[in-house]
Amino acid sequence: MSLTQTNNNWLKRYAVFTALATFVLVCVGGLVTSHGAGLAVPDWPQSCGYNMFFFPISKWVGGVFFEHIHRLDASLVGFLTTILALWLFGYKSRPLLSWAGGVFMAAGAVLCLVFPAHAAENLLLSVVGLAGFVAAFFWPSCEPAPKWLRVLGIAAFAAVVIQGVLGGFRVKYLMDQLGIFHATLAQLFFLLICGIALFQTDFWQRLPVRAEADRHHFRLFLSVTTGLILAQLILGATMRHQHAGLAIPDFPAAYGKIWPDTGAAAIERYNQNRQEVFAYQPITAAQVELQMVHRILALLIFAAVALCAWRTWNHLGWRHWLTRFSSVWFGLVAAQVLLGAATIWTGKSADVATAHVACGALCLATGGLASIVSFRLLAAPMSQTRRVEKNEVTSLLASSSITAK
Amino acid sequence: MKKFALSLSVVVLAGSLQMVSAGDITGKITLKGTPPPPLDLPFDDTCSKLHPTILTTRFYVVGKDNGLANVFVYISKGLEGKKFTPSTQVAELDQVGCNYNPYVFGVMVGQPVRIKNSDPLMHNIHALPKVDGNSEFNFAEPSQGDINDTKWIENIKAPEVMVKLKCDVHGWMYAYAGVQAHPYFAVSDADGNFKIANVPAGSYTLTAYHLKAHGSKPGETQDITVADSPVTANFTVEVPPPQ
Repeated sequence: MSLTQTNNNWLKRYAVFTALATFVLVCVGGLVTSHGAGLAVPDWPQSCGYNMFFFPISKWVGGVFFEHIHRLDASLVGFLTTILALWLFGYKSRPLLSWAGGVFMAAGAVLCLVFPAHAAENLLLSVVGLAGFVAAFFWPSCEPAPKWLRVLGIAAFAAVVIQGVLGGFRVKYLMDQLGIFHATLAQLFFLLICGIALFQTDFWQRLPVRAEADRHHFRLFLSVTTGLILAQLILGATMRHQHAGLAIPDFPAAYGKIWPDTGAAAIERYNQNRQEVFAYQPITAAQVELQMVHRILALLIFAAVALCAWRTWNHLGWRHWLTRFSSVWFGLVAAQVLLGAATIWTGKSADVATAHVACGALCLATGGLASIVSFRLLAAPMSQTRRVEKNEVTSLLASSSITAK
Repeated sequence: MKKFALSLSVVVLAGSLQMVSAGDITGKITLKGTPPPPLDLPFDDTCSKLHPTILTTRFYVVGKDNGLANVFVYISKGLEGKKFTPSTQVAELDQVGCNYNPYVFGVMVGQPVRIKNSDPLMHNIHALPKVDGNSEFNFAEPSQGDINDTKWIENIKAPEVMVKLKCDVHGWMYAYAGVQAHPYFAVSDADGNFKIANVPAGSYTLTAYHLKAHGSKPGETQDITVADSPVTANFTVEVPPPQ
């Protein structure tokens, strides 16, 4: 079944909208950690004892504002992703919607009777069920997307559910480590949604499939550099979720040196001299070293992306899609380096630190999409070589048989 | 008249001497060096309304004659193997004016701690202990007058210097508690003075710990012997050299 059958304009727009909403969610998540507000709402799935959707606006003060907006935005993205996954199944989702809608409605009504104290929550469940049931009548009648795309839709749905649970458990069980997984999965989820959106576009449809050989190993180069960015984002998430503020307060030097002293006495001195207004944890030698690795990796990534841009321009010409992707990528990575420096120079200003997180997500998404496009456009050089070798062998055999005759 | 005044002075002096009972440890913490200036707390609009002036950080609160406040002084050695009944006196940590009051306080293991919200807005109380036996906790007090008497006692069960408490709603709000298995501790007042009362006779090590000056170091120590007369133990805390 061809993709074009399902590639209706509304699904295309919707997928792009979901990607944009996910990007906003990543930004809001960045605001939460930048403001140290991850635990400002100490319970989950409730919010300070209230149903999340009925939490009074008057109580959205300080860090609660950021954390609560993050929860609401996450719910929206969860909803959008569910619809996207269903839409990829085309008309086949219709029975599921009507059945699930009916079950939700009935469950909400029964729970209202059994637990009248939670009438609001149960009513909400019924309303969601009703919405699903009604939606089934107006559901698009398009053909299902290809199986691999439907699998991606299911993966996105599973990822958004896991992401929500991870976020909730991080709050409920006070586990900082879960925050690192939560932040990493957020970046991967954003890339996945961007990928699904890309596959819906006319641009993707028009790309010639493996029209040229990857003689300069662009596929590998782009993928490995994207992998480095992912590793860098994991390092960044680890730093952010240690709630220790800036482990190194200066840049480009580190405590005035190329490599800072990380001995126990030095760390003690750094902590004693820290003048942080916020309730940060004391820094450790490991955190200082982690930030140094983050800086070194940033340099490596900058060089690798610059090389990608230069090599694609040099070998493929500036009109080539990979050159365009790499150029945008280079611009984003350059901005990201500046934002990283600005995060330190501003003493980890919340807005700048959030912009650093957001730009990191864009760097990963651009690299990821460029890699996907490279695999669509370019054929493996080995297979080309093998094909040539095979042709040579065939012609050799043919000529030898002629000679034998 | 003069005789009356003289005899009154003698009575007052005798009375004040009697108030310092045998076995009391008194002293003063003096800060040596110039601390960095405090930083303004970045209050948001809601909290700004509660204050006519801007509050600052409380890293070094220095009083008369360089007396250093908020130093936790406690007996760190000499009481091993002895058991003490937890005090039933309720210690109170108040959230008032978007700040914790007191900033540093001491409690016994098992002593009740009341956590109260006096502000007309929401705070959360997030304790971050590090010692085995103590558990991290986090809960909200959304409304003015909210009180909790159980969270602390349920979660803080081992001695620790110091347990940090913070509010994630207002990132500049934090306080510290020194937790001991015995009742022989004190926190220096605004002028750096402290008094630990009714210490049984014996030889001890007394430790004075200041959060910023000592950090992960154990603090300043002094060996003292308590007998029938009051003991004086003064400490000097130095501002650490710049990095």
